Parts: sequence; structure tokens; C-alpha cells
Amino acid sequence: MTPKIPSSNSTSATPMNRQIAARPTLLGFVQNFSIKTKLILGILGLIFLVGNGLIAFIVIDGRLDGKWYDIRDLGYSIEFLRTKLASNNQELILGYTLGDVLAYWVPAVIGAVGILSFLGGFLLIGSWIERRLLARFQIRTGPNRVGPYGLLQPIADALKLMQKEVLIPIGADKMLFFLPPILVFIPAMLTWGPIPWSANMSYLDINVGLLYVISITSLSVLAVWMAGWASNNHYALLGSMRTVAMMVSYEIPIGLSLLSVVLMTGSLRLSSIVSWQADHYLWLALIMPFAFFTFFFSSTAEINRTPNDIAEAESEIVAGFHTEYSGMKAGLFLAVELGNALLTGALVATFFLGGYTLFGLENWIPGYLILAGKATLGYFFFIWLRGTLPRFRIDQLMSFAWKYLIPLSIAHVLLIAVEVSIVARLESVEWLIYILFVVFNVLITIYAVRSWAKAIGYTSEIEHPQQPVFATQMGGIKAARHIG
Amino acid sequence: MESLGVVIAFYVLSTITIGSALAVFLLRNLVHAIVLLVLSFLGMAGLFLTLSADFIAISQILIYAGAISVLLVFAVMLTPLGSRDNANSLYINIGAPVGFLISLLIGFMAWNTSWNELSSNEIKQRDFTDTIREIGDQLLDKHLLSFEVASVLLLFALVGAIILVKEVKKEEDLIVESENS
Repeated sequence: MTPKIPSSNSTSATPMNRQIAARPTLLGFVQNFSIKTKLILGILGLIFLVGNGLIAFIVIDGRLDGKWYDIRDLGYSIEFLRTKLASNNQELILGYTLGDVLAYWVPAVIGAVGILSFLGGFLLIGSWIERRLLARFQIRTGPNRVGPYGLLQPIADALKLMQKEVLIPIGADKMLFFLPPILVFIPAMLTWGPIPWSANMSYLDINVGLLYVISITSLSVLAVWMAGWASNNHYALLGSMRTVAMMVSYEIPIGLSLLSVVLMTGSLRLSSIVSWQADHYLWLALIMPFAFFTFFFSSTAEINRTPNDIAEAESEIVAGFHTEYSGMKAGLFLAVELGNALLTGALVATFFLGGYTLFGLENWIPGYLILAGKATLGYFFFIWLRGTLPRFRIDQLMSFAWKYLIPLSIAHVLLIAVEVSIVARLESVEWLIYILFVVFNVLITIYAVRSWAKAIGYTSEIEHPQQPVFATQMGGIKAARHIG
Repeated sequence: MESLGVVIAFYVLSTITIGSALAVFLLRNLVHAIVLLVLSFLGMAGLFLTLSADFIAISQILIYAGAISVLLVFAVMLTPLGSRDNANSLYINIGAPVGFLISLLIGFMAWNTSWNELSSNEIKQRDFTDTIREIGDQLLDKHLLSFEVASVLLLFALVGAIILVKEVKKEEDLIVESENS
């Protein structure tokens, strides 16, 4: 006696089903374009492709051998200028000659402008993407009034935030209240530095890049705590305490999972981590799925996103640490949250998903497009989680970090260390060993996750009721069938 | 000395470091003192960077600005009346002379040591490019014993922390539990 489930293509005329049938689809969205729009989009795409080709052709003095080249290949022409100007060895500024200025400062400015404009463009479109996608997950429409398809909604939001008065609560610590919206931005910007956008195209390719990422992201704890403390508000203080506790706990699994990445690739330099994955045609997510999961999950705790956004739980503590902030200051916190989601996507892509490489495709497509695509995919995954999962309680989060993730991560580091030493001894059949390790690691991860969960008392199986129990008891099952 | 940029960076960073370190014990507000202490740590990290010690600079940020500051934050948040102020204490009578003597000693040592100055070109000629690999080799080769001793010390600290916070069941609770079962 199972209740009949209404299938989606049956033409039953309940309002709900009609709504579901009438909801916009991606294919319909594309098909609904007028011919004019399609033409304009096509021409824009062509212009983009031709422009990239022209840049490649001009910059690399005609070395167009069927491959894409990056903006950083401006380096060739800059090097040419530098050698021309090297004879003119006059000091221009701070002990640098004109050639040095061209060689170092021009790429620096180009890189900074590039990263900032990518991030700024994302901040403009990101909240629209998130709201529209969440609306699709919940079968509603989302913002669609301001501009075409609601595309100008983020700008309208920003204007609204700017018009609002910036309040400072009585009893707030003025200095500490003023600083956090600025301070929280600094790590969010700085962490973009060592991420490689293509071969030879990272802004700050230091040999301690991975440690740099961990240490800079850990600085945002202090800004959050300052915001909560200075607000003179119980909700803000509670939110900031939760955030600090969460960040401190989840930094350990993050560190351990990245430690196994370092063990496997043998380098702390982000570009070498990516090129290791490119050389072996193997993503680290395959060979260490547990580290991948740990990093991804702990990152959601670090950046306060569902399922770990207990620090900003609206139903308990208003908005957490930025309860008292109004106007554009609150807007800055929200912007940092958006930017951090994309940043985490880029970091996950760099560490575990091959970064700017895609099994040889990076020779034909600019690497920065691949990385941007992967980062946006990570962002989409965050939105998916937000639309799907409920929120963890704070004690569940803490015990999950300390009792579950950390012991398993330590065991995982040991496992990876053993595997690395095996690879070092059997270099001749490396590819076979890696394939074996992928299979072995996936199996042992599944086994370890399940058995450890059982050992510390998580129930692995949920009993799904086969029929609506309460409705049957109340005699309502017939009514439920009639609806179908 | 190095180029002008490094000299300017040195003076700016040392001003930040010393100024905020002074402010830490001159300010009355304890929370402000913590924030300025972190600023002082960051200034130290910058000074390490001007010396091309990238690993130490990053560790300075990671350990001091990231972890020690959180420890202080917890101390303030969990202590009743912790936010009140950075009050005077009698320890200053001991601390001031001892601090003065230590700074005198370090200053004397720094003055008397003949610093074996290497220009940046000479450093480049040394055959290590990857500081972190060099540090790892030294730790696991020459200084293995001290490395292991430090790890044992950390293990003791870990076990001690667990023992301190572990919930000890009272005898009455145990009796109630056995009766229930």
C-alpha cells in the first residue's frame, strides 16, 4: 500500500504541478532569446576569440603555432624593451632602472588590475547568481524585476546599502568598530596572490605559497572577533565567539589535508602543485578523496557558509558578528563573504582539481578561463549545498571537527606518507602505482569514514518511512491519494 | 646596505613594531592592547621579509598573529572582567628592572658581535634557493634530537589539556547510572 507519487509529466491540474511544469528551464531560457540577441552574443563571442588570437599573434611576434598564449607573454615584449633600455642604465626611482620598472612593475600592475577586475566583476554578478540559483532550487523565480532577468539587482542593492545611514551603537568601542570591515577585506584580497592563473601567470609565486594561504586566511579571525566585541551586543558577541571557535577548530583539518597535498607533490609552491597534477595527468582529488572532502567542508566553516553558517544563524542570533553594522559596512561583510566563496573555489581547484590545467586543454584555451570556470563551479557547489542542507548545531560542528575530521586526517597523512615512500622506491612503474593508489584510497576512505562514524556513535542508516505514518493514523491517506 | 626601498621598509616596519609594542603596555584598554600586539607581530614578519627569510616571516604570521592572538582572545573572552582594563600590577616592580637588564644585555651583545655581513649577491651565490627545503633537511638531520624532544613536549601539552578538560563523573552519578541499567 504505497502512496502514488505524482510524476512530473502527468497532466494533473493541481496548482503545484502546474507551477512545476511552468518553471523556467535553461534550454527554454536560451531558446527564448530573440534572433537579434543571439546574433549579438555570437558576434561578441567571435570578437573575444579573434581578440585573443590577435593578442597572441602580435605579442609573440608571429609565433602563432596553433596554441593560445597568456597576457603574461607580454613578458617577451617587455624583455625586449628592457634589453633595449639596459644600456641606458640611469636610476629612475628607488634604485631601479627603467628596464627594471618595465619588467617588474608593468606585470605587477597588469596582474593587480586583472585580479581586482575579475573579483569586482564577480561581486557584481555573484549575488544575482546565488539568489537566482537558490530560487530555482526552491521552485520560485528569484529577483527578476530590475533590468533584464533581474541582472541589475546587485547594483540596486549596493545603491540601497550606500544610501542607508551607518549607525554606531551607543557603548560601542568606536575605534574597533570602525576597523573590521576594512580588516576583513585585506586577507580576502591577499589570498588571491599565489594562485596560478596559467603557466608563469601567478601574482606572487613564492616558495611558501601554501603556508602563506593558510596564515593569511587565519588573520580574518581577528577582524571578526573585533567586530563582535566592539558592537556591544550579545548576539554579535555570541556570533563572533562561535566564529572564532569554529575557525580555530577547522584550521587543523585544513592544515592536515594540505599537509598530505604537500607530501604528495613535494612542494609548497602552488604552481608546482598544479604542474605536478598536470605532469601526472592525475587530480589530487582522486588520489586523496578524504583530504579533498576535508578541505572543502572545513572551508565552508572558515567562510561561514551552509552547512556551517551557525555563526550567522538568522533564527538564533540575528546576523552574528555583523548584527550592528548597517549601510555599506554591512555590505562590505557580505561582499567579503561572496568573494571568499569564489576564493575557496579557486583554492580547491588549485590544490585538488588541477588548477588551470585540464588534461592538455590548457594548451588550446587560456588557463585563466579554465581556473575561473573551476572556481565558479566551486561557487555553484556552495550554492547547491546552501539550497540543500540544513544547518549544523554548534556542538555538532565542534565534535565533528575534533572527534571525526582530525583523527581521520592524521591517519590519512600517515597513509599518504607511506604511499609517497612506495612511489619513491618504484619510480619505473609510477603510473601503475598511482592507479592502484587511487583505487585503494577510494576504497579505504569509504571504509574508514563508515567504520569511524559507527565507532563514535553516528548512525549510518536513516530509516525512511515507506508511507506517511502520521497521515495514515489520522485517516488522511485517502485524501493524500486524491491530491495525486 | 641594500637598495633604498629596503631601507625605507626597514624604518617603517621598525617604527610600526616598536610603536605598537610600546602602545601594548601604555594603553589602558586590554582589547586595544591585543590588537596592537598583533600589529607588532605583523611588523616583525615584515622585518623578516626584508631579510629574505620567507619561511620565518610566514611562520611568524601563522603562529603569532594567527594562533597566539586567538589564545589571547580566548583568555579575554573567558575571563570575567577581562575587558575591564590593562591594570597596574605589582609585578612591574620586578618586571621593569629585569626587562631593562635584558635589553641592556641584548644591546651589548648586538654592539659587540662582529656581524659577518653578506651582501645580497653573496647570498645568491650560496647554493640553496629553497629555504624551506633547507630548513626541513636541517631539522630532520642535524637537529633531529631537539625536533623529537619538542614533539614529545607538544604531546605532553596535548595530553595535559585533555586531562584538564575531561569530564570526571562523580560517584553519585555512577551509582544512578548503574541503578538505571
